[in-house]
Amino acid sequence: MAESVSRALRDGALDGEHAPALAIKDSGDSPFGLAVFSHVLTQLASNVLAGKSQSRFVVLDCYTDPLGWKERLMECGSITNSSPKVSVNTSLCKDIRDLDKLFSLILQQGKGFLGEGKSRFSVAIDSEPGLSGRKAHGGGSLCLIDERADLDLMSNLSLGKVSEMLRHTSTSSVAGLISNLRSHNLVSCVFWLLHSDFHEIRVAAALEYLSSMLASIEQMTRPNDVPRDNSQNISLLEHNYRRGKFHVRFKRRNGRVRVMSEEFQVEQSRIKFMSVSSEDGTIAQSLVPKVQFNLQLSEKEKVDRAKVVLPFEHQGNGRSIDIYDGRRSLNDGKSDTMPASSEKVQTNEDSGRGEIIYFRDSDDEMPDSDEDPDDDLDI
Amino acid sequence: MDRSSSLLDEALDLDGLTTPSPSQPARVVLVEDCVETSGAFILHHLMKRFLSPHSSNAVVFVAFAHPFSHYERILRKMGCNLVVQRDNNRFLFFDMLMLECPGLDGGVGQSIESGLFALYGKIQKAVEVSSLAESKRNITVMIDDLSLMEVAANGSSNHVMDFLHYCHTLTTQFGCSLVTLCHEDIYSSTERATIPLQVEYLADVIIKAEPLASGLATDVHGQLTVLNKGFYDGLGSSRSKMRNFHYRIKENIVEYFYPGSRT
Repeated sequence: MAESVSRALRDGALDGEHAPALAIKDSGDSPFGLAVFSHVLTQLASNVLAGKSQSRFVVLDCYTDPLGWKERLMECGSITNSSPKVSVNTSLCKDIRDLDKLFSLILQQGKGFLGEGKSRFSVAIDSEPGLSGRKAHGGGSLCLIDERADLDLMSNLSLGKVSEMLRHTSTSSVAGLISNLRSHNLVSCVFWLLHSDFHEIRVAAALEYLSSMLASIEQMTRPNDVPRDNSQNISLLEHNYRRGKFHVRFKRRNGRVRVMSEEFQVEQSRIKFMSVSSEDGTIAQSLVPKVQFNLQLSEKEKVDRAKVVLPFEHQGNGRSIDIYDGRRSLNDGKSDTMPASSEKVQTNEDSGRGEIIYFRDSDDEMPDSDEDPDDDLDI
Repeated sequence: MDRSSSLLDEALDLDGLTTPSPSQPARVVLVEDCVETSGAFILHHLMKRFLSPHSSNAVVFVAFAHPFSHYERILRKMGCNLVVQRDNNRFLFFDMLMLECPGLDGGVGQSIESGLFALYGKIQKAVEVSSLAESKRNITVMIDDLSLMEVAANGSSNHVMDFLHYCHTLTTQFGCSLVTLCHEDIYSSTERATIPLQVEYLADVIIKAEPLASGLATDVHGQLTVLNKGFYDGLGSSRSKMRNFHYRIKENIVEYFYPGSRT
């Protein structure tokens, strides 16, 4: 499912349609939005890299100096060291508050690439500390987006934390920026990260309306159900910080909405997605209370159980068995001959088998079953 | 005492904090405390660790809560002389109590920003100077505390977050660590407590100092819950872990122990 998100972003915009937009939403209880964000980014980057001739990227860095403080300090001469350039293609955005300027800066960056004769460019706006942090520390796992030779004049665009932008500007202007980007014919896809608990519900909803895909990240279990101070709760919380639920809502052009769920696990700075069903089984298994008795059967035990022949099934080896009910000699026409002959045959064939042979004393005698067994008792 | 005090160190992964290594990115530590249980002792503990004589690490301390003499007295009892460290340029103290309190002169919006901007300029300058002095040193920026900083900024959490954002850029630019203290229950009534939430997102390590859930006890002063996210590390200890233990503050030291391991 995470792949289908990447695929949709990779495929980009159709002619006459807005670009696909992905909103990644997380909350403080399960703060893995950044991990998902960089997963999407790397997927997109590797997709782009796979079908291209040259690799380059532009980073518009809104993280290092969003308000222009550093620039002002440098002008005063009080600091000297400007931020180290991570890549040659990095440019700084020095005023995140002016989104119109930001928009034109994005387009300018993109068009700059087109001017060099490249057919496709991508811009990652990085207001995200974690991303540039890892770049600076040589994490190496992150390759940003590049242009692609074989596609139209479009760009992939990833906005880092929209939350950071929303802090500086109004909802409407951020929504305006996103919508402008989506409808611009050079942009092939847009995605951004939103921390839902920073904002009012209507703000989050407004941005969700602008997206064609919404990936929301939730924690596995709610710790509130458990008393606060026991050790189980701690391990539960710890569990929540390693894994979570991943819901994606796709909105199709025709208005159909599809919701899918997955689970993910964070390991070694990577994020691994897995289907829910496999996970459910193990959870159900672990929910069975621990008792001394073995409630589950192993495979071998199941096979052994199937082999066991039930009582009466084994007598006669598949042939139907006549059980003498004491009446047959009376009712059957061949009653005179049968008892003796059948006795003979049986003794010849199955000499090894134990057998009870019973001859009734007389036909007048009533069958045993009709007698009252307690007849002789004097009650 | 050595064994028990290592409980906090172990949970914090302090060796990673104090010795910079290329695979270990800078860390952001958030200490959250309550009215009943002050988290200041954790700051003191960290300060002492960072200024230990075996290392050449430096601390840039931004104090909104107490004057220098306060910290100096406490740290002296713990066996660390701040005056000497200050003279060695390993401890840089910014007293924000009175005179440099930002935003009190002139118009409101612009002056708050300019006040914090000036403070940030000083911090970055200090960090630059001390990182030039010795290349391998790890610099820690400590802010005591964010809540009072918000008060100083006339309650504008946006400006405080801007300031913190810039402090955070220092962690990527210079490999600094950032340690902040925040009072949690000031924000408990508001629906969206921006500052603690935002810092929690930024933080790699969150330390919560809370009173015992079972009520007051004479020999246990509170409990610490340490969440070490650490999943962006390069190698090794990359799993997030969570520890919970009790503590007891004594005259000079703090004892840490697991619940139930004391009678």
